[in-house]
Amino acid sequence: MTGATPGTSNATSRATTATPATGLDVRGVTVEPLLNAVKVRKSYGGTPVLKGISLAVNPGQVTCLLGPSGSGKSTFLRCINHLERIDGGRISVGGELVGYAQRKDRIFEMNPREVARQRRGIGMVFQRFNLFPHMTALENITAAPIGVRRISKQKAKDRGLELLDRVGLASLAQSYPAQLSGGQQQRVAIARALAMDPQLLLFDEPTSALDPELVGDVLDVMRTLAADGMTMVVVTHEIGFARGAADVVVFMDGGVVVESGPPAAVLDDPQSPRTRAFLDSVM
Amino acid sequence: MPQATLTGQGRAAAGLALEIDPDDIVAVPLRHPWRWILAVFLLIGFVSLGISLWQNENINHPTITEFIFNPRILSGVLLTIMLTVVAMLVSSVLGVLLAVMRLSNNPVMNTLAWLYVWAFRGTPLLIQIVFWGYLGLLYSQISMGIPFTDFTIFSIDTNTLIPALTAGLLALTLNQAAYSAEIVRSGMLSVDEGQYEAAYSVGMSPVFTLFKVVLPQAMRVIIPPMGNETISMLKNTSLLSVIAVLELYTVATQISSQNLRQVELLLVVSCWYLFLTSVLSIPQYYLERFYGRGKARSLPPTPFERLSAVLRRTPINTHRTDSQDVS
Ligand SMILES: Nc1ncnc2c1ncn2[C@@H]1O[C@H](COP(=O)(O)OP(=O)(O)OP(=O)(O)O)[C@@H](O)[C@H]1O
Ligand SMILES: [Mg+2]
Repeated sequence: MTGATPGTSNATSRATTATPATGLDVRGVTVEPLLNAVKVRKSYGGTPVLKGISLAVNPGQVTCLLGPSGSGKSTFLRCINHLERIDGGRISVGGELVGYAQRKDRIFEMNPREVARQRRGIGMVFQRFNLFPHMTALENITAAPIGVRRISKQKAKDRGLELLDRVGLASLAQSYPAQLSGGQQQRVAIARALAMDPQLLLFDEPTSALDPELVGDVLDVMRTLAADGMTMVVVTHEIGFARGAADVVVFMDGGVVVESGPPAAVLDDPQSPRTRAFLDSVM
Repeated sequence: MPQATLTGQGRAAAGLALEIDPDDIVAVPLRHPWRWILAVFLLIGFVSLGISLWQNENINHPTITEFIFNPRILSGVLLTIMLTVVAMLVSSVLGVLLAVMRLSNNPVMNTLAWLYVWAFRGTPLLIQIVFWGYLGLLYSQISMGIPFTDFTIFSIDTNTLIPALTAGLLALTLNQAAYSAEIVRSGMLSVDEGQYEAAYSVGMSPVFTLFKVVLPQAMRVIIPPMGNETISMLKNTSLLSVIAVLELYTVATQISSQNLRQVELLLVVSCWYLFLTSVLSIPQYYLERFYGRGKARSLPPTPFERLSAVLRRTPINTHRTDSQDVS
């Protein structure tokens, strides 16, 4: 490998996935990216946290975001479902601008109800699970389908049990979150996100609050989802998962995308010294 | 278990238990002589106080027994209960509304709620009661129409619209709402930020999130101080005597002004207040249990479970674990 890459401290994107506006799927047919983020900027009280992040994720793709602490991974993920508002750039999911409506050439802020409708299509799994502690595992899963999508109670319950079965927790439907282990809670949280039939799933370090022996169960569920064709953006420090399950690995640092490409390229043959230093520190 | 059926293992275990394990701590328990001395002194004090009350020539005991279930007293008790229940229910709804307004990022709502709490918490309840009771002196007619014109839709005599009972209820409710608002607000602030994010991420609207996710969790924090407020409310109803609402205390003073047995009737009234406040702790207990579900690994036992456990001399599980310590 050659040494430093002069003059490319900002972005050393690979030609293959240089954040395309449109990509090619395996059959060579042009596909619209499901998630398209263009030059997203965000600052907290004058401190820029995201300095122009661009990322396109095609349907069915798994994208892993890696990067040191404080590089803005969580912030970017939260911008995708409009938990944070962005200062500049554009984020669209399924061809629809997130959080804003474009009419003619003007941009209008959406009202909370419209934002809520948009978020139904974007599931999110949190580092600290954030299950509703006053509801059983099953109620956690069915609350939104019943209350938001107005699915009948019986239908929602059947679907909830099916999802619990899928994450291997069918027998714990009536348990409260406090009665579950961390790994079980996180799998319930995944089932809760799946219950809204999202087109995109976001994971923010889903395994970093877990004891090492519980990580495997959660990663297994995520691998199954990936294999089933779910489109996912995963912030993780699990290099093994990124290598095995990701289609694209993106390395972020200091609010910019430093490097992105297929896992084999980014993980085994990083171009940027920053990527290399980070990988050395976590592997 | 009959002795004969002891298995070999069981016998071995029983035998082991008899020997003293050298690692066991065999210590003389710490003694607490002052507890005993204090308890004896207090007991003597209370007993002599009871005897002195009982033998006091100035207290006419038959009056107490005569009036404790007197129909007028009972109707006062009923009205007191009614006032407490209605004022607490309506003020709770108002309190939630004010708390939500206070926490919203709408500056108009925010200021309005702040002003409300400022005004109603900042002035004595007694003055508010008198104010509502004598509103007729301030505005003899209440009318609705278009401001700054002569056009009126309706006009009504204030004392007809707001009789003493309504005025009293209004005063208690509006005043309590200010306190409840602060309690509800602190309860809502105790709910983790991640709960809002999780609710929003599954597409719940802010209002739905409030009712399904935030308030049910806030309840756990809200109920104990609300129990306190209910007890205060029960006693504060006696302030309505200043506008002649016929609740328990007013009735008692009316009776005692006729038979001049003030102390006896105050004792009658105190017995009733004590009884009612004791009864109030029962629904509070069950509400706490209900809203505590999912928080503890096992629910605390009900008083009946406690009692039967004591009778059966089995240990009860009061161990609580917060969900936070799972990770
Ligand atoms: N609400 C906030 N207010 C102010 N600054 C914030 C806020 N949230 C995040 N930041 C800052 O933004 C930067 C990026 O934070 P972010 O949580 O996105 O990092 P991250 O890449 O997810 O890190 P980690 O791997 O530790 O989770 C940090 O420097 C953080 O201090
Ligand atoms: Mg983070």
